[in-house]
Amino acid sequence: MQEALRFLLPDTEPVDRADFIERARLARRGSEVSRGLPLTIRGLRKSFGDNEVLRGIDLHIPAGQFVAIVGRSGCGKSTLLRLIAGLETIDAGTIGFGEETRPEDVRVMFQEPRLLPWARVLSNVEVGLGRDRASPDAQLRAQRALTEVGLDDKRGQWPAVLSGGQKQRVALARALVSHPRVLAFDEPLGALDALTRISMQRLLERVWRDQAFTAILVTHDVSEAVALADRVLVIENGRIAHDIDVDIPRSRQRGSADLAALEGSILRGLLQSADDPSDL
Amino acid sequence: MSLIESLPRIRSLRPPRADGLIQWIVPLAIVVVWQVACVSGLVPARVLPAPSDVALAGWKLLLSGELVRNIWVSFWRAGVGFVIGGGIGFAFGLMNGLSQLSNKLTDTTLQMVRNIPHLALIPLVILWFGIDESAKLFLVALGVFFPIYLNTLHGIRTVDPQLIEMGRIYGMTDGELFRRVIFPGALPSIFVGVRFALGIMWLTLIVAETIAASSGLGYMAMQAREFMQIDVVVLSILIYALLGKFADSASRVLERLTLSWHPAFQKH
Repeated sequence: MQEALRFLLPDTEPVDRADFIERARLARRGSEVSRGLPLTIRGLRKSFGDNEVLRGIDLHIPAGQFVAIVGRSGCGKSTLLRLIAGLETIDAGTIGFGEETRPEDVRVMFQEPRLLPWARVLSNVEVGLGRDRASPDAQLRAQRALTEVGLDDKRGQWPAVLSGGQKQRVALARALVSHPRVLAFDEPLGALDALTRISMQRLLERVWRDQAFTAILVTHDVSEAVALADRVLVIENGRIAHDIDVDIPRSRQRGSADLAALEGSILRGLLQSADDPSDL
Repeated sequence: MSLIESLPRIRSLRPPRADGLIQWIVPLAIVVVWQVACVSGLVPARVLPAPSDVALAGWKLLLSGELVRNIWVSFWRAGVGFVIGGGIGFAFGLMNGLSQLSNKLTDTTLQMVRNIPHLALIPLVILWFGIDESAKLFLVALGVFFPIYLNTLHGIRTVDPQLIEMGRIYGMTDGELFRRVIFPGALPSIFVGVRFALGIMWLTLIVAETIAASSGLGYMAMQAREFMQIDVVVLSILIYALLGKFADSASRVLERLTLSWHPAFQKH
């Protein structure tokens, strides 16, 4: 039965790739073809007790853009992402997604995979379908998402036997299975080793091009930000300090001079502010 | 070589056939030594009868039907008391784990009652119920209640909040969240409670039947003492050991069936 299903699944990888590069190109122009949602944030504030974490964020993200948010720990970047994902309540300001959104349109991937240890890989992915979990094609959709992240052969496994990178790929499949229009990543690769990180970065870039969602990546790794994003936001003291467009054509060569130069200048900016005594 | 190396095998709890036999070597050796000690006259028969005599006494009681009847009565009391007490404990554990209001309302009271040794209630229970079935069921239920209550509560409280947040993000309703996240997460802890409770179940029943009963294994032992039938007394004690082992094995099988996802229960 499972063999038969695998046979039925179209082996569309090469065809798709050309197609999604085209779609991603359109997406980055912000045209209507993109499945992504635009994101508009106005005057966003958030405090935890006396600690004001976000002090007025104004931001517009066009549909389908890949935005990376970097900053030192405690700068509020994760809080911004949690607000976008609706995991915290807003103190002041607005977050708009352009049009009416369903809950399935915004998905989050965390640093921890957060898989249900008592559910097999396939049912973990099915969780991502939200209210469509009960639909008859749920299993097929979950299998497609698993194929997309290259873990089709692990569908019957328990999460406990997977490696860290594989667990994170299952979490990605779970986030992708409902075809979200905004996907927020909270340091999704933070706990992985260097080699797994690089292959995961490629995977993230590929699914983003494929599905053309709006991607928001919170990371402390500046090289990851410049390698993946169209645009890098630097957050300092609860405000957007820098908004940098990354005009380096894809696919980007890791370790190229362009990327290194950009990474260097962003890092210098971050370090300077770290040395600022008024910050301490 | 080292202890650590043998850990995965212990943790697998799915011993191959040879390992299944190994655990019986020590009990068997004890019986053999015991028999030799009795036959050689090292231990006088009125202190401890030989295993063969105990087996003979068991055989006679089996033929008369008395043994089966008493075991059945004890088994029935243990089971019914366990279901009642465990069920109520599980329900309170769920309620207090899921609802702050319920927890505030009842937890302090339950903790106070918990600190009363439930066997200290025997005189009161005899006054209330006499020595009929309800007295034994009450005591067993009370004894079983607390380990299951506490471990269910603990299990629910310690479910990973990140998983609960994940469930909410993916639009799980309260019912789904309970069924797919909270209950499976609490299950390992609930099983710890069940195994504690099984121990307390036998203990309570033995004491209750010894003090106030007209049937059951504890009664059989007490009556045998009156007639100086030491072989029957020893037989009762051995049956308790076997029943305890049986209950523990049953809970392990249940654990293995429901916790197959858990790394500790997976084949290596």
